[in-house]
Amino acid sequence: MKDSAKSSRRQMFRLGAAVTGGLLAKRELAAQEATSKLGIPLGPYGERSPFEKAIRWTRDSKTPETGSSFTPLADSVGTLTPSSLHYERHHAGIPTIDPVQHRLIIHGMVERPLSLTMAEIRRLPSVTRTLVLECGGNSGSEWAAKTGADVQRSHGLVSCSEWTGVPLSLVLQEAGVKPGAAWVIAEGADACRMERSIPLAKAMDDILLAYGQNGEAIRPAQGYPLRLIIPGWEGNTNVKWLHSLKLTDQAYMARDETAKYTDLMPNGKARIFTYDMEAKSVITFPSGGQTLPGPGVYELTGLAWSGHGRVERVEITTDGGATWTQARLQEPRLPIAFTRFRLPWLFEGRDAVIGSRAIDETGYVQPTREALIEVRGVNSGYHYNGIKLWKVHAAGMVTNVEV
Amino acid sequence: MWRFSLFLCCAALLPAQPAKYGVGRPATLDEIRGLGTAIAPDGTGLPEGSGTAAAGQELFAARCARCHGDKAQGGVGPVLVGGQGTLATAKPLKTVGSFWPYATTVWDYINRAMPFDQPGALKPPEVYALVAYLLNLNGIIPANQAMDAKTLPKVKMPNRDGFVPDPRPDVGRKR
Ligand code: HEC
Repeated sequence: MKDSAKSSRRQMFRLGAAVTGGLLAKRELAAQEATSKLGIPLGPYGERSPFEKAIRWTRDSKTPETGSSFTPLADSVGTLTPSSLHYERHHAGIPTIDPVQHRLIIHGMVERPLSLTMAEIRRLPSVTRTLVLECGGNSGSEWAAKTGADVQRSHGLVSCSEWTGVPLSLVLQEAGVKPGAAWVIAEGADACRMERSIPLAKAMDDILLAYGQNGEAIRPAQGYPLRLIIPGWEGNTNVKWLHSLKLTDQAYMARDETAKYTDLMPNGKARIFTYDMEAKSVITFPSGGQTLPGPGVYELTGLAWSGHGRVERVEITTDGGATWTQARLQEPRLPIAFTRFRLPWLFEGRDAVIGSRAIDETGYVQPTREALIEVRGVNSGYHYNGIKLWKVHAAGMVTNVEV
Repeated sequence: MWRFSLFLCCAALLPAQPAKYGVGRPATLDEIRGLGTAIAPDGTGLPEGSGTAAAGQELFAARCARCHGDKAQGGVGPVLVGGQGTLATAKPLKTVGSFWPYATTVWDYINRAMPFDQPGALKPPEVYALVAYLLNLNGIIPANQAMDAKTLPKVKMPNRDGFVPDPRPDVGRKR
């Protein structure tokens, strides 16, 4: 009995060794094959390696034309988001627009109502800027602590791209703004004709009529062929598929600036025209859903940004906020763009609560969740920028402390 | 309130200038009309026509109820009724009736975006009727009051004065 049990165990061992050996041999063979076999020929439009699996996450919906998809921040390296992984928020699906047919109409309180083709817009003096775009509702789930298990779900409605376009001020001057005009009503060519009111002062300052993203035409999901890019303002104001700009003397109180994208306070009053996205940061490694293989030194890393300019400092805590250490920032630090921060950390195999806080060039310090809630309650929905804490468990798993 | 905002100052700074690049061509009236209507809170842009809650109720049952529920209680689409008096509570319910500050916005949004899967299919009298129905359902106008370009902007929504300007930075200390 004993003997046979032993021998069968030995057999299993041998079997196991054979299987592992086989796997190893197979892997070596594959590596050899790569060098002993011709590769795939050149192609007209690039694809990533089939081994790379990072994808956007989309919440299930009975009306998938309105909804959002989240950037996989934990998989991102550097400071740019690939256009293919840029977050999406649409209210009526992605329209298919032929750029040859598309026109931008500038009308209302202007001297010369204008109709511009894409070719005409592209002829005008352009500028290129790297800018972060963040949905006003990003990490809104953290208010009520019914939030995502990982950084993609909790913070993924933010992305950073290089945008190219014509200053809106230039085109408005072409049309000649009439005295008394104070607002620009922007409208998209999607099925709900998304509409937002934009103060003329901002329109004359730094808004772009963007047609380029990361070196090519803007993707359909990002507003092809033309969208507004409004530095530092909530994503919803950056109207996509732009086809109309109407100059007016009043805000139009569109659904997406009254019923939505207003911030309800505990006293029942809602803040309106809350355009700015304040300084924010989040650790992307280690972050929710990941596991550290064991104690040792790891480089903590993450992203910081501010709608008000450059990120000046990022500080990191590994003891739940008791002490803070300055992280190293990747240069160049561009205003209103992702700034990557890094800090080596010794994980001792004990529970640790880690987090980051950004300080921007205005001196603004990213607040704690508690400080935000004390003033705004938990029902304001938008513009959440609290310090994000992750719990690293002794065994190495990482979880969202707010889950 | 939002008409005479701080931003007005900037328009005054822009003297009338000739076009510098001379690109594009003048927009035609057809092009501007083709964009459809955008409605201002004072009613600017509202087209002719009128509608009542009774007509709106029929339309709603036929074209909206399958997503918003037969009593506008919500379904695939959001709830469109109730919530008044809840905004300052722990469970605020934001609806057309409890939260939206202007009736013109209800007209504008239904006209441009609904029905969700057939946007732009409604004619102005139908939009007036649907707005009348939703406002009546929310106890804001009587059942017999017709909505048109004159009456709609005069409707005082319960939460008209429920909005305040952005006071940020309100949290996040300065160094
Ligand atoms: C196919 C389903 C569907 C149909 C049919 C439909 N709706 Fe909607 N409705 C929606 C969805 C989904 C939204 C939310 C859209 C979003 O937030 O992007 C919505 C939003 C709305 C809103 C805004 C509610 C809010 O609080 O923001 C109103 C008002 C509305 N619908 C009215 C109507 C009316 C009136 C009709 C009939 C003419 C109609 N809907 C038909 C699905 C539908």
